[in-house]
Amino acid sequence: MKASAFAYARATSVSEALELLVVHGESAKVLSGGQSLMPAMNLRLISPEFIVDIGGLTELGGIAVERGILTIGALTRHVDLLKSTEIAAHAPLLTQAVAHIAHPAVRNRGTIGGSLAHADPASELPACMITLGAVIIARGPLGERRIAAEEFFRGIYETALLPHELLVAVELPVAPEGSTHFFHEFSRRRGDFAIVGLAAQAIVRDGQFVDLRLGFFAVGDRPLLAKSGSKLIGVPVTRTVLSEACSALSEELSPMGDQQATPAMRRYLAKILLARCVGSLLSRADLGLGGEE
Amino acid sequence: MTPRYPPEMLSVLDRPNSYIGKTVPRPNLDRLMQGRGLYVSDLELPRMAHVVFLRSPHAHARILGIEMSAARRMPGVIAIVSGSELASVITPWVGVLSHLKGLKSAPQSAIAIDRVCWQGEAVAAVVAASRAQAEDAAERVSVEYAALDAATDMLTALDPATPVIHGSLGDNLAFERNHDAGNVDQAFADADAVVEAEFVFGRHTGVTLEPRSVVADWNAGEARLTIYQGTQAPHMVQNIAALHLGLNESQVRVVCKDVGGSFGIKVHIYADEMATYALAKLLRRPIKFVADRVESFNTDIHARDHRCKGRIGVKRDGAITAFEIDDLTGIGPYSMYPRTSAIEANQVVNLVGGPYVTRNYRARARVVFQNKNVMCQYRAVGHPIACSVTESLVDLAAMKIGIDPIEIRRRNLIADDAYPCVSPSGLRFEQLSHHAALAKLVKMMEYDRLRAEQAILRAKNIHRGIGIASFIEVTNPSAAFYGVGGAKISSQDGVAVRLDAQGSVICQTSITEQGQGSESLTAQIVGSVLGVSMDRVRVVLGDTDNTPYGGGTWASRGAGIGGEAALQASKALRKNVLDVAAAILQSTPGELEIVNGRVVSVADGTPRIELSELARIVYFRPDTLPPGIQPELMATRHFVPREYPFAFTNGVQASWLEVDTDTGFVKLLKHWVVEDCGTIINPQLVDEQIRGGVVQGLGAALFEKCVYDERGQLTNANMVDYLVPMPGEMPDIDVGHVVSPTLESELGAKGAGEAGTAGAAAAVSNAVNDALMPLGVTITEIPLTPQVILTALGKI
Ligand SMILES: Cc1cc2nc3c(=O)[nH]c(=O)nc-3n(C[C@H](O)[C@H](O)[C@H](O)COP(=O)(O)OP(=O)(O)OC[C@H]3O[C@@H](n4cnc5c(N)ncnc54)[C@H](O)[C@@H]3O)c2cc1C
Repeated sequence: MKASAFAYARATSVSEALELLVVHGESAKVLSGGQSLMPAMNLRLISPEFIVDIGGLTELGGIAVERGILTIGALTRHVDLLKSTEIAAHAPLLTQAVAHIAHPAVRNRGTIGGSLAHADPASELPACMITLGAVIIARGPLGERRIAAEEFFRGIYETALLPHELLVAVELPVAPEGSTHFFHEFSRRRGDFAIVGLAAQAIVRDGQFVDLRLGFFAVGDRPLLAKSGSKLIGVPVTRTVLSEACSALSEELSPMGDQQATPAMRRYLAKILLARCVGSLLSRADLGLGGEE
Repeated sequence: MTPRYPPEMLSVLDRPNSYIGKTVPRPNLDRLMQGRGLYVSDLELPRMAHVVFLRSPHAHARILGIEMSAARRMPGVIAIVSGSELASVITPWVGVLSHLKGLKSAPQSAIAIDRVCWQGEAVAAVVAASRAQAEDAAERVSVEYAALDAATDMLTALDPATPVIHGSLGDNLAFERNHDAGNVDQAFADADAVVEAEFVFGRHTGVTLEPRSVVADWNAGEARLTIYQGTQAPHMVQNIAALHLGLNESQVRVVCKDVGGSFGIKVHIYADEMATYALAKLLRRPIKFVADRVESFNTDIHARDHRCKGRIGVKRDGAITAFEIDDLTGIGPYSMYPRTSAIEANQVVNLVGGPYVTRNYRARARVVFQNKNVMCQYRAVGHPIACSVTESLVDLAAMKIGIDPIEIRRRNLIADDAYPCVSPSGLRFEQLSHHAALAKLVKMMEYDRLRAEQAILRAKNIHRGIGIASFIEVTNPSAAFYGVGGAKISSQDGVAVRLDAQGSVICQTSITEQGQGSESLTAQIVGSVLGVSMDRVRVVLGDTDNTPYGGGTWASRGAGIGGEAALQASKALRKNVLDVAAAILQSTPGELEIVNGRVVSVADGTPRIELSELARIVYFRPDTLPPGIQPELMATRHFVPREYPFAFTNGVQASWLEVDTDTGFVKLLKHWVVEDCGTIINPQLVDEQIRGGVVQGLGAALFEKCVYDERGQLTNANMVDYLVPMPGEMPDIDVGHVVSPTLESELGAKGAGEAGTAGAAAAVSNAVNDALMPLGVTITEIPLTPQVILTALGKI
């Protein structure tokens, strides 16, 4: 379980990193926290010939809030997200979600840029990005592109990034006044990738949803901003309404099977999750735990 | 505690400042915590090369050809060796033992020749200057295979349509055992209710933190092979390596330094390890093999793949009338060497119904070959199967006649004053304490309060369950386990204790240390019996050149057997020391005693001579000793239990958990164990052995399973998909003890290494079924994954 031989360069600036990517083309890979890349290389699932280590690029770090926009540099590590007071204040959903990523050792090295560029459909952060309406900033030799999170994720480990582009930062609108959130995932063990997960943000007024954004993950080849959430907005939520939303959700999902769950089980658990999310956001125990009852 | 000696007769263990029964820090702790352990992968020898095994992607295939020329030209490559080339230095083996009547297996080679029988079997060895280079080269070896039909499902292994894996054996049946005791048919006829069920146990494996590792160093100048290996049984490795390499045992030295977990995984002889020894001899240089995680999953022994039908008869008053089982297990294509793969099924037959009084018991166990990785003994061999089947049946019977699970056990467990006695399968019990253990458990867990809490929560649609599992555990095995079947696996162990020139003690023992505390318990016993402080006792283990001959550490035998040898050797040395002291002091040995490193007078404790001073005289001024005295400041003793083939222990476990019936997830809330391992040498070590064992049992109950597809491909050979139990999901585990020492030894210790694993899964299954009782659902399959539970509940 040793990676095959590769050449390595530690970039000293974003422009140098970009130059290296242009020169080495498809045979190069960016190394950020290494928590997804290194296992894949050690298992020889991939054998890049050239590694561009961006770990030393301070220009890619940092969390800042300005004019209602929270900007997070690509190199921000999971542990920094978890501990950041800005994130806790302006994107509390993210703080809650990050605690579900792996274990401290992985969170100490893994980065937000790496997680989003890697685009594992079972990852927490990509789903949070679509729920929170993030913009992903990519920089290539020709300059920057701004990509809406919903457009960014294209499939399993597939994104809108071009081979010689770097993900440099994400921008999030700060959580609106009066918004609440819900995060939960079903995973076999604490820290495991989710069987099904949901990152939701909502505005609730007088017991009704004024806004509800539901970012499901591990329910298809990419995170899903569920349209069925709209059925719950602006109406009194009854068991029937909830049940209809759950059925509509089921239509939207295209879950895959793996070691932990069949597609049917994922579909089923997604509905349970939606019911629990709605019950929790509306503080309504009466909505029941079961998705279908 | 059962008093062992009348108060006027203090045992050697009750001496002043005794360490017995005390939690003292382990002597090897600082070294390990400071990163100064020495594992096989730390070892670097001059001219050492690394071997990587190219492994079969097929479960069953003929090898048509191996093309090595491109790989041979890769950087760093030293040699690429096929099975037939290696066969010039090492002979094949057959994993059978004569006391397991009818057990058959086929010859197995270090590297496959002509045919591969499981996905992961080695087909070629690639030796290079580094592991990475060997892996690079291995990618360039191309093997031409002709795929053969694979026999993968144990249920159909014996069907005429299923391919026979080894034609010469005639069929895929490796072993069958039938047992019939009492009058089973009559007993079922007399029963008021008969309950039956089929139990399914997932195949799983040990997942040691440190993978299997070997450095083999053939020194042509000495004509001697040194094997550095993380093994539980150095002398067994010595014997087997010598036998198959055509050497005398004196030409093989096995050195076992620190071992990062073993759990029975490292007590066997593996083909790739044999190949590594042979490569060292063939290539005349040190060769290192360290399994990586993927090959560990594909080649470390698996265990527990059983399907067992069970039946229980019960009277309306709760009396169990009979047990009957029909067990089937698939062991892969070969019976493992040298302990064989029939032991687990054999143990299942031995242990089912073991805690209970009924004499009526019928059992059949069949062991079949399949094209999957080999299966063999892993921590608590057979116990979890036997315990789960027995304890589930007991609960099902209780449910059927409507009595409480505790009550049915009270009515049927063998009475604490009924010993010695014999189980329906013929096991002899010296002294067990089922009722005392159950009573203690009920108190520890506040059973009645929990039942009340459960009822209140049920009304709120919260499904919590209580599961109870009584168990017996085989420990301190005599030659009955392997020796009688012809295996050269020692059941006796030896300890040599010596006083050095400054009055410190060096102790060489044949038991080994893989983290369970062998070193500590040995030092505790030696220090206590000799009367010196533990920090003056240095324990040497894991080296066939430098320890007495013995079995090592497996089957919960280190403390009970190796510990007794340490006790007897220390007593002998103490006597020798006191003889010399008496001569020097013109006293008599009876008037003297050793306390805190000095000889004192028994009468008033007055210090008479320091051990360091005594040693100085003995070693440097023997001329001053009275004539006729020949001091022997070294003593060796060996021990093996002779009266009972095994020292059985017993205990009971309980689980308290919550099932989320919407999601199928199980949350473990609490676990209790009460066990009886006889004399407790170090309470903390015993408790942590129990807890570690429980965690392995909980892994089996909820998480661990080697998932094969129908083509015989292991589909989850990695740490992401194969789920080991992790701390986040583990409950608090409370451990209590009842103490019934064995009278076969002065020490009185029985084993504690496997008790936790024996009953944990049974307790959890029973608790899940207890939680689901109001829903009318019973599940008899582990692991109890959300998928399994949701399916049983009809939710998906
Ligand atoms: C045991 C374990 C458990 C884990 N559990 C979880 C979990 O529960 N949830 C979860 O979400 N993740 C989990 N992860 C993955 C972890 O979160 C990774 O940190 C993350 O997926 C990738 O981030 P990284 O910085 O390590 O990226 P790397 O591994 O360095 O890179 C990942 C990929 O992204 C590319 N890349 C990295 N940075 C950039 C960039 N700035 N621009 C363009 N491309 C880039 C790389 O080329 C590579 O292809 C786990 C990992 C491990 C080892």
